[in-house]
Amino acid sequence: MKKFDKDRLLLAAAGPVLALVSALVLTMIVLAASGVDPIDPLRIMIEQAGYEDIQVLIINQAGIYFLAALAVAIGFRMNLFNIGVDGQYRLAAMVSAVVGASVSLPGPLHVLLIVLVAMATGAFWSGIAGVLKARRGVSEVVSTIMLNAIATSLIAWLILPKNLGVQPAGSNDLTTGDIPESGWFPALSLSGGDIYGFTFVAFVLGVVYWFVLNRTRFGFDLRASGASESAAQASGVEPKKMIMTAMLISGAVAGLTGMPLLLGESHTYNLSFPLGVGFTGITVALLGRNNPIGIFFSAFLIAFIDKASAGLDTEGYAKEIGTIMQGLIVIAVVVSYELVRRYGIRRQQQKVGEELAAGHALKTDNKEVAA
Amino acid sequence: MDAIPSLPRPVPPANLAFQLLPRQGECVINASSPPLAVELHGITKRFPGVVANKDIAISVRKGTVHALIGENGAGKSTLMKILYGMQKPDEGTIAIDGEQVSFNNPGEAIARGIGMVHQHFMLADNLTVLENVVLGGEKLYGIGGKARKKIMEISDAYGLGVRPDALIEDLGVADRQRVEILKVLYRGAKTLILDEPTAVLVPQEVDALFDNLRELKAEGLTVIFISHKLGEVLKVADDITVIRRGTTVGTADPKTATTKQLAELMVGTELPSPETRESTVTTTPMLKVENLTVAESGTVTTPETSTPVLGDSDTDLREAPVAGRLLLDGIGFTIHKGEILGIAGVEGNGQTELIEALMGMITPDAGVITLDGADITKMPVRKRREGGIGYIPEDRHRHGLLLESPLWENRILGHVTERPNSKGGILDPKAARKDTERIVREYDVRTPGIDVTAASLSGGNQQKLIVGREMSHNPKFLIAAHPTRGVDVGAQAQIWDAIREARREGLAVLLISADLDELIGLSDTLRVIYRGRLVADADPATITPEELGTAMTGAASGHLEAHDDSSAGVDGDTTEDEAR
Repeated sequence: MKKFDKDRLLLAAAGPVLALVSALVLTMIVLAASGVDPIDPLRIMIEQAGYEDIQVLIINQAGIYFLAALAVAIGFRMNLFNIGVDGQYRLAAMVSAVVGASVSLPGPLHVLLIVLVAMATGAFWSGIAGVLKARRGVSEVVSTIMLNAIATSLIAWLILPKNLGVQPAGSNDLTTGDIPESGWFPALSLSGGDIYGFTFVAFVLGVVYWFVLNRTRFGFDLRASGASESAAQASGVEPKKMIMTAMLISGAVAGLTGMPLLLGESHTYNLSFPLGVGFTGITVALLGRNNPIGIFFSAFLIAFIDKASAGLDTEGYAKEIGTIMQGLIVIAVVVSYELVRRYGIRRQQQKVGEELAAGHALKTDNKEVAA
Repeated sequence: MDAIPSLPRPVPPANLAFQLLPRQGECVINASSPPLAVELHGITKRFPGVVANKDIAISVRKGTVHALIGENGAGKSTLMKILYGMQKPDEGTIAIDGEQVSFNNPGEAIARGIGMVHQHFMLADNLTVLENVVLGGEKLYGIGGKARKKIMEISDAYGLGVRPDALIEDLGVADRQRVEILKVLYRGAKTLILDEPTAVLVPQEVDALFDNLRELKAEGLTVIFISHKLGEVLKVADDITVIRRGTTVGTADPKTATTKQLAELMVGTELPSPETRESTVTTTPMLKVENLTVAESGTVTTPETSTPVLGDSDTDLREAPVAGRLLLDGIGFTIHKGEILGIAGVEGNGQTELIEALMGMITPDAGVITLDGADITKMPVRKRREGGIGYIPEDRHRHGLLLESPLWENRILGHVTERPNSKGGILDPKAARKDTERIVREYDVRTPGIDVTAASLSGGNQQKLIVGREMSHNPKFLIAAHPTRGVDVGAQAQIWDAIREARREGLAVLLISADLDELIGLSDTLRVIYRGRLVADADPATITPEELGTAMTGAASGHLEAHDDSSAGVDGDTTEDEAR
């Protein structure tokens, strides 16, 4: 039934297109309403993206967002809203940076250790929310938000010089000490700058994500749980186990989010480690419809808005225009996806009805039943 | 084997009892008949993809019970929603007492004296009858003494026997229904629409309801009675209109028409019967259930002196049960190879818990379940399914399908670990799709393809897909909960055939159904469940639906002998006290 496939593809594209167009229009309205030229800032942003160094920044940022969004998407696919990706990612980056700085191993092993520690830490932090949900029925939305706040305080305490932190001479910053060069991830050098090597690992993970979800039993169980918890349970999925597994995987991937930056550039966790990446990941996952290809493109789009809007300041516009755009995209995405989804269901029912009425059913009348 | 007609064929209008309607529905019943209470003309209603009603014409005489019959999905409910103002017709006219009207919402219909008693009651359990009746109608007679007087007045006038201060949660189904009727009358209804009012009642309660309806009629009220139970319709109706595939196909006179004629007019083809012909029961036990007990979780009804025995409730999302009411109380039975065990009972007497305990979705507090010689009491759902339990769930949307997923993914659901769906942890979409096509073909699932979502199929076709899926893994034991509920007659016959066929090959079946004809016709053995206990057993060869109905209310227990008034052997426990 080629027709239904084509239909679905069209509908799948309709959601994002509708969302982006309406977000763009809304942004222009907001700009015009605040007395700013609605076209010029957008022109500047596009112009910015033409520079090589900005392009490298966008690619690096997109890799980070891609990982954060994958972490969120795993939860989304089974109706778990892991808002705690941000806390999981920061705590994981901090702990793995501490471990990475305190040991000395041959190259690949060192990197591997840091990555594994990060995954374990992220999984541990999200696992707390998982246990609370599975054992006590605590909404993961509430617990992960709280765990974000706890992570912030915990990091602030851990990074004090009397605990695990280091204060570099002549600086106000606090760090976790430098990871020796054996724990750095090789980068791809371009004329515009270095692309973090871990970015490519991130994109490979996207392929793994697709395979696990669409081609394994586990992935089927996970998707079934997301589509209908009661049907999944009746089909043999153990809901508690599924909640735990999904939360742990989501947290482990969240733990990887800090890796491109840690292994590729900063080589330490410090006070200026970016905040809020996990929340942007939610936007990216929503816009990308939890689909790895969708997430790939939306990660680039959001990274573009981020990095290209930074240049608005020098041209006399507020760079917060970028933040407004991202916010509007979230709203537009939620509304337009739901509209398209409902339209899609209605349309398909209608089409199936028509096809059957026209007598195009797969089967013919001369077949006997279940004989 | 009979070839099952895939499409209803038109029935030759040979019966004298029927007047086939002329095209425009000019149906003059009697020249001197009283004025028409309701007259529907050329009503057409389209939904996306289907025409729910097409050129419908009905004339309801004042002071009569007018039955509207048709099978599931024929368009009865849509038509009544139009009359009640819940939906607007695309074409056609409605006349009340000879005056043309157009309703935008139920409020306007109520104002014109139309009242509707829904199939699912809309009552607040924790309020009294009085409170429920005045709720939303406070302006009519206030909420105090005046309202109470009015309620008693109505109750006495129509013999409803309603107690205004009783709590709804203490009332049985039949009493609740009378409250619903009273609610409608309280709001001044002159024409009452009853949507399948007998679906939830046992035969004795049905008779009581019919007495009430006759009272209403005697007082000059008009009743529109929607049903697909033909025996009942013939008993109570003055006029009958038959709807088939969205349009009125004829009227009948209950004095001369027979159920068979009505059925053929309704279905447009010969009626299938659920009868199981030859016995295939063997002596090899397939499923053995002993002392199965499940307590209600959460609620504390009686303070328990000792802490209840609980496993470390790892396997359940909910709070551990604390000394709750027993939902299943010492259930024990054996199903042999090739046997269909039917469980009769009013809904909510433990059937759902029994199914869930057998499937492993809830952990029983006590008891042993043995499948084919292996103790499966502690097994998780998936292991049980792999071990040969097939499951046709009572609510297919909640437990049997992923509505927004394509058919081939729904074919995988529940059997993801089994071939052809997967090999060693990896799905095999190609094989699964191929097998889905086979199911669609063999079980006559009407669909344009296997990539459409399950939601876009009709109920009967969804059910056929589920039956096909469950039968494809050679189950040893099948749980069939309401296998033909909400399914059109054609699909019904096919599903019955599939179950019979598998039974012949040694399948053990637990059949739970609210359709007593289906239960009696299909089962080899019958048990009655009442308040979580198996209180009676019966031989399907001799039992009548009425006798079964008596046992379902808890009024009879032990072995039910056919045609024997003193059959109810008291088994010396509390069942008698609990009976209403």
